[in-house]
Amino acid sequence: MTMQIADSMSLSASDSKARAHAAAARNNLRTEPRAVRIAIITLAVLFLTVFVVLPLVVVFAQAFSRGILAYFAALAEPEAMAAIKLTLIVAAISVGLNLVFGLVASWAIAKFEFPGKTFLITLIDLPFSVSPVISGLVFVLLFGAQGYFGSWLREHDIQILFAVPGIALATTFVTFPFVARALIPLMQEQGTQEEEAAISLGASGLQTFFRVTLPNIKWGVLYGVLLCNARAMGEFGAVSVVSGHIRGETNTMPLLVEILYNEYQFVAAFAIASLLAMLALITLIAKTVLERHLDEGHEPRDH
Amino acid sequence: MTIEVKNLVKKFGSFAALDGVDLKVNDGELLALLGPSGSGKTTLLRIIAGLDWPDSGEVTFNGEDALAQGARERHVGFVFQHYALFRHMTVFENVAFGLRVQPRAVRKDEAAIRSRVKELLDLVQLDWLADRYPSQLSGGQRQRIALARALAIEPRILLLDEPFGALDAKVRKELRKWLRSLHHEIHVTSIFVTHDQEEALEVANRVVVMDKGRIEQIGSPDDVYDNPATAFVHGFIGESIVLPIQIGDGAIRLGDRQLDLAADGLAPGASRLFVRRHDMLVGPPGSGAFEGAVQHVRNFGPVQRAEVALSGGETIEIDAPRDKELRAGDTIGLNPRRYRIFAG
Repeated sequence: MTMQIADSMSLSASDSKARAHAAAARNNLRTEPRAVRIAIITLAVLFLTVFVVLPLVVVFAQAFSRGILAYFAALAEPEAMAAIKLTLIVAAISVGLNLVFGLVASWAIAKFEFPGKTFLITLIDLPFSVSPVISGLVFVLLFGAQGYFGSWLREHDIQILFAVPGIALATTFVTFPFVARALIPLMQEQGTQEEEAAISLGASGLQTFFRVTLPNIKWGVLYGVLLCNARAMGEFGAVSVVSGHIRGETNTMPLLVEILYNEYQFVAAFAIASLLAMLALITLIAKTVLERHLDEGHEPRDH
Repeated sequence: MTIEVKNLVKKFGSFAALDGVDLKVNDGELLALLGPSGSGKTTLLRIIAGLDWPDSGEVTFNGEDALAQGARERHVGFVFQHYALFRHMTVFENVAFGLRVQPRAVRKDEAAIRSRVKELLDLVQLDWLADRYPSQLSGGQRQRIALARALAIEPRILLLDEPFGALDAKVRKELRKWLRSLHHEIHVTSIFVTHDQEEALEVANRVVVMDKGRIEQIGSPDDVYDNPATAFVHGFIGESIVLPIQIGDGAIRLGDRQLDLAADGLAPGASRLFVRRHDMLVGPPGSGAFEGAVQHVRNFGPVQRAEVALSGGETIEIDAPRDKELRAGDTIGLNPRRYRIFAG
């Protein structure tokens, strides 16, 4: 206190000097000393390099270690082709299902009041909090030979476990929060007024959905689909339990990577892995682009 | 289009938003629903629009049961407080929306839609904004576009929910005048909700004052100001001095002082006396019903506002003309030119 008083009473010549000091002090409050800054940044970069960049580089280095021909030969193997095809089919099914489910659930949660709403929101998050292996086991319990529906399914000759339906179901279960999670906050923020306006202007329910609701959430939908797809293609645990690992039939790409690796076929394993890594990179770029669009969508409302 | 509302009740849980409301709106009138927040005015408006449904009661348009129709069929233009413009559409498309979603059989062709939208944008004087998006407009512009959009469907009724509530004071004043002249031009039966008494008194033909889900008074702006029907209306519209008084033995008492006011026909017991600040006339000591000591005086635009400690124990604020000589410490007499007494 006394310091400040002395400062303000000092002659005008030293005034500017005092002001410069004060400015420096203010700067110091906001930024750490140079050495600390450098140390922190170095640490962060080092950590990222060792744990994120290096593994990514290793994947590609291993995949191309016998040259580019060996790489493409590994991918052209019938087993690899089958795994890629299966992964794409499963991803398409589960993304499709979750898109519909996510839209319906977030619509219900954001636009209506009903008892049990909080419970539903919690339930949507369940697949995130449960280990994927358990998610897989649930389907074994339901549809396996000893499961609840096992005998009925056998009588009607329907194959769910160790086949595409089982893998798709497990993947859908594991990925089902993504679209809903992306949309619920967005739709809650947007409220129901635009829909009310549309209806009072004479729009039908479908017209309101396709002309007002959907355009407002399209970037959110894409964002959810993108993350959902990335997870669906990369899912290992749940799929591993229900797939049965039938070569060329029920192996998805992540499962095949493990099998090939265990058989010491490093080039083949890393070739498939490199595809998954590329998927991750593309997802990352697309995510950045979408996030920019999402931010634009949040127009600041003046109240 | 006349609107008639009979015995409307709407509860949210145990809270009665509307508690038996009866109202008749005449053809071509501009009616204000005025009340504090939570008085049920917005709920009433939304029920008339078909955006909410009452628990019981009737709503009729020209004698037809409106509750049998959804919001879509009622042909009601609704203007929201926060505009609710479609954010991904241009101003032009916003206004055209109501025309584009019409059933194919009655839908206008593109050229007709274009000329109608142009006409509406001219009406709200914003034709130069046709290609902008709502986020690029100011609040006042957005609200005018929202109004143009609501008018596009040639509504039978126009409902405005706190239309100027989100705007700053200056824009609000301009839009008020504009709304009144617009209504003069198009003469559609209109109801607007507001909590701003000045807005209601300035714009509307008739004012409906609501509180706690009930209608307190319906009347012309002059009526509700000069002849408030209830204590609530007196306190809510215009600023009032409220004095707790006792009535008994043919006399009115403030604290221990007997007031020189007629007590004829008043029920004995505790009551409240309401006076407008400018209706308290200042005179020499001993000249009026009240007497008090001036605490301090401030100039307030065209008037001076004095804080006066009344003998009897209350301190009030009065407005006196600027040429009246008032100084802190003066003892003055006060006579209410006009006052009302409400029991309770």
